[in-house]
Amino acid sequence: MENNLLLTILLLTPIIGSILVLFLKEEQKNVIRVTGLFISVIALIVSLFILGDFDSSRSDFQFIHKILWVKSLDISYHVGIDGISLLLLLLTTFLTPLTLISTWKSITKNVKLFTFFMLMLEAGMIGVFISLDLFLFYVLWEAMLIPMYFIIGVWGGEQRIYASVKFFIFTMAGSLLMLIAIIWLAMSPPTFTTDLIKLYGVGPFVKGDIQMWMFLAFFISFAIKVPLFPLHTWLPDAHVQAPTAGSVILAGVLLKMGTFGLIRFCLPLFPQSAVIAAPYISVLAVIGIIYGALVAMVQKDVKKLVAYSSVSHLGFVVLGIFAFTQEALQGAIIQMINHGISTGALFLLVGMIYDRTHSREISFYGGIAKTLPVFSTALLLASLSSVGLPGLNGFIGEFLILTGSFKSLVLNNWWYTIFAATGVIFAAVYLLWMYQRVAFGKVTNDKLLAIPDLNSRELFILLPLLVFAVWIGIYPGSFLELTDVNSASILGHVKEFTFNFLQ
Amino acid sequence: MIDLIHFTIIIPLVGFLINGLLGRKIKNEKVIGAIGSGAVGIAFIIALGALFQLLSLPESERSQVVTLFNWFSVGNLEINFAYLVDPLSITMALIVTGVGFLIHVYSIGYMHGDKGFWRFFTYMNLFIFAMMNLILGDNFVVLFLGWEGVGLCSYLLIGFWYDRKFEKGTVAQAAKKAFIVNRIGDFGFLLGMFLIYLTFDSLNFTEVFSKAASGAVPEATFTLIALFLFIGATGKSAQIPLYVWLPDAMAGPTPVSALIHAATMVTAGVYMVARTSIIFASAPAIMTVVVIVGILTAFFAATIGLVQNDIKKVLAYSTVSQLGYMFVACGVGAFSAGIFHVMTHAFFKALLFLGAGSVIHGMHEEQNIQNYGGLKKHMPVTYLTFIIAAFAISGFPGLSGFFSKDEILWYSYSNFSLGLWIIAALTAVMTAFYMFRLVSLTFFGEERFDHHKVHPHESPKVMTVPLMVLAFLSVFGGYIGVPELFSGEGGNKFHHWLEPVFAAANGRLAENAEHSHFEEILLMALSVSAAIIAMWFAWKIFTTNKELAEKTSNKFKGLYNILFNKYFVDEFYEKAVISPINKFSEGFLWKIADVRLIDGFVNGTAGLIDNISGTIKRLQNGIAQFYAVIMMTGIAIILFWIIFSL
Repeated sequence: MENNLLLTILLLTPIIGSILVLFLKEEQKNVIRVTGLFISVIALIVSLFILGDFDSSRSDFQFIHKILWVKSLDISYHVGIDGISLLLLLLTTFLTPLTLISTWKSITKNVKLFTFFMLMLEAGMIGVFISLDLFLFYVLWEAMLIPMYFIIGVWGGEQRIYASVKFFIFTMAGSLLMLIAIIWLAMSPPTFTTDLIKLYGVGPFVKGDIQMWMFLAFFISFAIKVPLFPLHTWLPDAHVQAPTAGSVILAGVLLKMGTFGLIRFCLPLFPQSAVIAAPYISVLAVIGIIYGALVAMVQKDVKKLVAYSSVSHLGFVVLGIFAFTQEALQGAIIQMINHGISTGALFLLVGMIYDRTHSREISFYGGIAKTLPVFSTALLLASLSSVGLPGLNGFIGEFLILTGSFKSLVLNNWWYTIFAATGVIFAAVYLLWMYQRVAFGKVTNDKLLAIPDLNSRELFILLPLLVFAVWIGIYPGSFLELTDVNSASILGHVKEFTFNFLQ
Repeated sequence: MIDLIHFTIIIPLVGFLINGLLGRKIKNEKVIGAIGSGAVGIAFIIALGALFQLLSLPESERSQVVTLFNWFSVGNLEINFAYLVDPLSITMALIVTGVGFLIHVYSIGYMHGDKGFWRFFTYMNLFIFAMMNLILGDNFVVLFLGWEGVGLCSYLLIGFWYDRKFEKGTVAQAAKKAFIVNRIGDFGFLLGMFLIYLTFDSLNFTEVFSKAASGAVPEATFTLIALFLFIGATGKSAQIPLYVWLPDAMAGPTPVSALIHAATMVTAGVYMVARTSIIFASAPAIMTVVVIVGILTAFFAATIGLVQNDIKKVLAYSTVSQLGYMFVACGVGAFSAGIFHVMTHAFFKALLFLGAGSVIHGMHEEQNIQNYGGLKKHMPVTYLTFIIAAFAISGFPGLSGFFSKDEILWYSYSNFSLGLWIIAALTAVMTAFYMFRLVSLTFFGEERFDHHKVHPHESPKVMTVPLMVLAFLSVFGGYIGVPELFSGEGGNKFHHWLEPVFAAANGRLAENAEHSHFEEILLMALSVSAAIIAMWFAWKIFTTNKELAEKTSNKFKGLYNILFNKYFVDEFYEKAVISPINKFSEGFLWKIADVRLIDGFVNGTAGLIDNISGTIKRLQNGIAQFYAVIMMTGIAIILFWIIFSL
């Protein structure tokens, strides 16, 4: 097979860039910032080239680049993408430059290291999405924790140490389970291999219980990352303590690695177990939807509210994945992107106003619709996209997930959807209530009178996100079609081994 | 013009974008108002053109679909931005753009000088855009796009003066309440859509309705679908138990109340039931539910309306009550009578609200009718048009409301029961009473306002001309639907026009017993004379003998309080639903489940490991002899074990 170097170039761009940044002088903050941005924009451009060459009618992996690494163990550097990873790749390369710009004013200490970690983080995320070798995947999955750990731990809020350790331990615990399962799976007959494409033909033949244990080990690791109820408690702390850029990347991309992992590994590797476990997992997902929403409702800290809303939104994604219908899976995939956009925008907005007032307390605000009209409009749009208003992106994802789960033969019970759909009501409650308290009413706080509205740099960051929110809302076809064939083929693969369950 | 129908949607959207993006810079109220009103006016002209084109077609071809582009498609699910032009949607489109245009024009005068003038017209055009999607959409998802869209506009417009107080709370709270209660309804609508997709494998009207009419689906499925959809309708159209948001929606500017919360948006539920008539007709149990909910809402809202003192509140409860009538009509299978009442109601209720706005405008924002009185001579045009609307809504013979309301009353007897007719007629009597209480307290009697502070004046032409047009429509709008009793067999043009839309549903409904013209005339005479007596009575009491009213209300203090406080339903919801959910979420889910249980477990595990490792750590004390002892002990144990297991 012809090797395609584009993905490797994409992976190396931020790595080389981050090393270059280390050679710059700490005092030249602006040079560092511009260099960081420049590198991430190059990555964005490379990813757009990949999009241009991508053939959405193919169900196999594309842009494959494979170099044998450890011959005796059949471990290789093996990368490639399908439509699903392509979308997430684009989300990563799209969000990174925006978040970098957003830190130009708020991060002032250790700019060099910060930029270094952000670029390393980008490399890690790209790597996770493109790995087609479990060993490579695991290494990158773990490696990615490190920059995030430092971003929270060094540039975070008051309780950053607690939050970063909690984040690290939670995810680490899951990863270890996954490592065991990876080795176990790799050792399964016929030969030792960590090549994902080969393992697709091995996993489904692992027998009942053993397969279930492997599935669970992978699943828990991903579920922590998602985070699925009740493994979510690291998230609010991590989000609240992380600097804005960290929260945006965390919510925008890192959480998606969990759901991406479910689609890429759990479903095709262990189809029988996935189908058996689906009802139980879906119960957790639905609990998460409602739980996250209810807890978000009573938060007094805006950032925490958005963090808990993530628990709710990601619950939808997990439900969509384990419904095993084309509608729901496509919905889950687009919802992953949507969540990155709307929650990303919300975190950015919270960060922007935090930079001005240094408060995240909802009660601190009030009446800013009058003093900051542009900010308020953007906040309203972002909230509505998160609420799932038709015409904006969130609706497409939720609607497809709910429609798909309603007709799911694997779940075969309407109550999942009925309970999940109440999340639609609660989302309106917590976001509009927050909006009402922040934007409406009389200006209660004199400090709010003096602060300026969004500047052009901030608008420049937000506009692309809002454009995508509308674009996906009105014409999601451009995104759905990228993954249409792939999600059908994943479901086809599952169906092949679980004929009984689906009949 | 039918091919251009999507422009009735696109042009208001363009108006929204222009005013929304540039309005702040344009500043000139005339330009902004002209853009806003013009967009709706053009949409009206296009809709009118489509109407004439439709009329020129033979009946069988009066249903045409215009497809713009694919919205999304996954699996079997294919949703297009497609718009359906048929008698029902065109009727609704004409009401929305026609009445909408008048209200836009009126607003130029009403909103004059408001800082948010451009914002107002931006939202109003967005509303028209969403509403047109709702009524023209050819599938459930586009309908839902409009459905939620009008909810958003309602939210934005109720909260238009977001820094003001409203009754016990704030305007912002009223706006939020409207959106959330609507979302509860939308939840039902969503479930309905899921079940429709599951059952019919499509969400396009043509496909769903033809499959529904073919009759391979069990009644239980229809029952569930209809129930879910009706939950949606109770939210949007303010029926029991979800009507509570509408009275609070009066916190918005008065033209908003007229357009959104009286003439158009709130009738969306009725439209939706009529649109899905084949599904409802296939679910007789839910038809009965629709009747019961409708009549209860009509009756109870009317009782509340009897004692309210805020001019807009009276009209708000009246709207809730009239919407109940429309559902009664649908529930008894008289869908076109329901739509007919939607139309006449749009005329006279918009007129009443705009008239109320004119009064409020002239009275310097005073809304309490107890502080009005004798305004007749100060604002003659407002007075004249308002009283025409009051006559129309009370069902005075010959006016539009008479034809539509009488039709509903008749069908509630002939298709359902005498009991239903009695409650409906009682409601009509109460309506006549509270409307003329309102008229008397506002325009007649002594002037009860402070002449030093308030100088009542007639509103400018830009406001009074729309009133006159609506007054004209309130008088003559009913003549397109004259009952067959007067016009002869097949003489009801409106019915005939809508007939093809409801043909499938009518075919499925059970045949009703024949009734004689005598019965019809008798019942009509009864209800009309009772209403006229009520009108006269109210006028008499509240103009000349106000003490009597006070005495009566004092005598029945308990009942009066219950009515005045709207049966304490808001308080009940607060105590029984909202507050428990909040307490549970904060007190249990967050502070106990999340922080104590889950985090407690995690931190506990960490603590446990810390303790254990602390203990084990002591073993590594660095004393070689200690290690040697342990090692020897270990070897001894292993030896023993090997020996004894041999």
